[in-house]
Amino acid sequence: MELDYTSEIAVVEGDLRRAEIDKIIARPMEEKPGKKYLIALTISSGALLIGALCIGITLFLGVGTWGNNQPVGWAFGIVNFVFWIGIGHAGTLISAILFLLRQKWRTGIARFAEAMTIFAVMCAGLFPIIHTGRPWLAGYLTPYPNQHGLWVNFISPLVWDVFAVSTYFTISLLFWYVGLIPDFAILRDRTVSKIKKTIYSVFSLGWRHSNRHWQHYEKAYMILAGISTPLVLSVHSIVSFDFATSVLPGWHTTIFPPYFVAGAIFSGFAMVVTVMIIVRKVFDMEQIITLNHLDRMNKIMLATGMMVGYAYAMELFIAWYSGSEFEQFAFINRVFGPYAWAYWIMVSCNVFIPQLFWFRKIRRSVPIMFVIVIFVNVGMWFERFVIIVSSLHRDFLPSSWGYYTPTLIDLGILLGSFGLFFTLVLLFAKTLPVISMSEVKAVSKGAQPSHIGVHHEQ
Amino acid sequence: MSNNKNLYGVTALFDNADEIINAAREVAKAGYKNFDVNTPYPVHGMDRAMGLKRSMVGFVTTFLGFSGTAFILLFAFWTMSIDYPMVIGGKPFFSFPAFIPITFETTVLLGGVSTVIGLLAMFASLPSNNHPLHDTDYMKAVSADKYGIVIEADDTNFDEIEVTGFLQKLGGKKIHSINKPVKENYPVLQPRFITFLIVVALLVSALTYITLNKVVYIEPFNWMTEQDKVTAQEKSVFYADAFGMRKPVEGTVAKGYLPYPYKGQLNPVETLPNPLLPTKEVLELGKKKYLAFCSPCHGTFADGDSHLRGQFPNPPTLHSQRGRDFSDGMIYHIMVNGQNIMPSYESQTTSEERWAIVHYIRALQRAKNARLTDLEEVKKEPVVNAE
Repeated sequence: MELDYTSEIAVVEGDLRRAEIDKIIARPMEEKPGKKYLIALTISSGALLIGALCIGITLFLGVGTWGNNQPVGWAFGIVNFVFWIGIGHAGTLISAILFLLRQKWRTGIARFAEAMTIFAVMCAGLFPIIHTGRPWLAGYLTPYPNQHGLWVNFISPLVWDVFAVSTYFTISLLFWYVGLIPDFAILRDRTVSKIKKTIYSVFSLGWRHSNRHWQHYEKAYMILAGISTPLVLSVHSIVSFDFATSVLPGWHTTIFPPYFVAGAIFSGFAMVVTVMIIVRKVFDMEQIITLNHLDRMNKIMLATGMMVGYAYAMELFIAWYSGSEFEQFAFINRVFGPYAWAYWIMVSCNVFIPQLFWFRKIRRSVPIMFVIVIFVNVGMWFERFVIIVSSLHRDFLPSSWGYYTPTLIDLGILLGSFGLFFTLVLLFAKTLPVISMSEVKAVSKGAQPSHIGVHHEQ
Repeated sequence: MSNNKNLYGVTALFDNADEIINAAREVAKAGYKNFDVNTPYPVHGMDRAMGLKRSMVGFVTTFLGFSGTAFILLFAFWTMSIDYPMVIGGKPFFSFPAFIPITFETTVLLGGVSTVIGLLAMFASLPSNNHPLHDTDYMKAVSADKYGIVIEADDTNFDEIEVTGFLQKLGGKKIHSINKPVKENYPVLQPRFITFLIVVALLVSALTYITLNKVVYIEPFNWMTEQDKVTAQEKSVFYADAFGMRKPVEGTVAKGYLPYPYKGQLNPVETLPNPLLPTKEVLELGKKKYLAFCSPCHGTFADGDSHLRGQFPNPPTLHSQRGRDFSDGMIYHIMVNGQNIMPSYESQTTSEERWAIVHYIRALQRAKNARLTDLEEVKKEPVVNAE
């Protein structure tokens, strides 16, 4: 394989004219949905309905319908919460951190990844709210003046969670919308339908691609990227504080924040690649979401996967090195105890299988990559399961040890969260530009002035 | 200046980024101030070519972000240390390290939201869907892949013919004059439509009210205040006599109850002896109960000087010969039975408390009628607390 390292690889494959970029990206919105799309939507909304039914049963009969028991008081509710929050992190990483690092290749996938962030945070937010048992009292989590004269406890990690997740959702949504404004303007000027034009006009806010606006827009976009970067790192750190600030062996470790953040990026990238592979195939976007994109994301997965592997090893090492018999027991129990099966699924999916990405051929083979990222998704879900359930089920008192098995309702709600996520993704892919038109145009060939024969006055 | 008052400006289109940046530079150099460049994406170097000052969006972020920091720190301090201080996890009321997460999140939230609002509302003056450029071929072209420049009619140097010629010279294509849009009448603001809306709103409210309150009454969520139990003063539907609270079974004796054999007799021939000894504890109990129940009428020192200022007839003093001659049992009897207009105090005091009151009254009587020989007794007592 001959590689030319002297020039950057083109972000957009081939010599697409800029009007054609619009055409390719806007095509799913302008055409009638195909058969494949409708089948996919039926499956995902079916899963969503099952989840809604299970949530309805939970609300009617109570949280007792779940498998949670006395030693394992935190189970699927929190496992799924941490899993979905983690999925969301890849979106912000791609849109904010890669933007600050001037990685132009992010333009092809940023919009989609940001949308996935928003949908994943929605799925995540669902779980703690229904886990409270009385979700209509969720307003108690916000500090508001009330007749009880009470305030929330600002030094509780659970309240930090509320602040972190709601801030994360708000900022992600704004970031996403700000990116969409110029595209709404493009769609407004493309469409011939009067209804669509009205909708696009409202959402475009009357954007007219004026350079006097672009100037502030670019600045604001950079600021949002700048504040989203520490935000995304803080969110999963704070999620990890839910565990790390407790005194339970297996949770009470200082490695948790970086370990959780690396895991979040790892799982998020796996989910982005999973969805990307499907979308570029279904909507014929191979020229914009290129193999180079997938290759680069696989490289990031290889790196973060090894960080996660390092964290697993370091947890075991510290358990031994600490000399605390409770710590040591917690980890021996994790690796060889009743939940050893979950532990080994986690290690093989997250550490061993991604090692295949060392090979360039595998990184660039769509079918193999698809299988690997599915394994990573499964493995990362099991990581949260292992951390939460295997630490809780055998605590200090052997008389209160137990075993956790999820009920059908638990599994139904998990399925429902995937249904919600994919339904939203599918609706998004059909109604909004899945790739930022203005950003892709800006990085296409000949988009920027050559400055040939122009005197630079500095 | 132009003689067409309705004119917004003159537009020209260019084919590539090099041309537009050159055109923008020339227009700025020619002294035009009110002109704009419309490009499908931000073109590098355009700000300098147009002679724009740097963007001030960052100041909004900084100012409001740090306002968020200050607000949440003060708020957390006030709630956790002043309004409702509670010791949690052995931490100080103002535990700064534990406030860092929320401080950071609030800073980011306020900074981010204000950046977006500032960008759209302050710096870009959006939303503005009635701008003259909307719905023109010019706008459609720059939305797709062309690069446009517009010189506005309110510029001091503007002259329609001159500007058109200038843009032609720069290589602009499709040069058009854009007029300001005719003021639109919105059909949604017509009185007939608004009346229709009001009627619909009233109808929906009325129907909802009738459905929810008259047809199907759904109890609103009441936070468990309504429960299937009989509360005080409530009628019981279960018992025939409709009393929710039941009387005890006949012959039930309360714990600690002792029957009093002379109850109801006006002048009992014999009375009970005092079962208690006048110890310090008994006298203290008697004093407490005397001050609570007896002193309002009989006075603090049993002189018959009521505290009630004539709202209830004053009783006689307890230091009279008759009062001093009463046996212990007779005083007890009066407390149980009442005398003249004095009611019974049986329900307010226990038997033990009544005997203790008797001892306290004896102590008061003795103190008001002290004999010289009592001094001998006092002298015999050891001085416990000589100051």
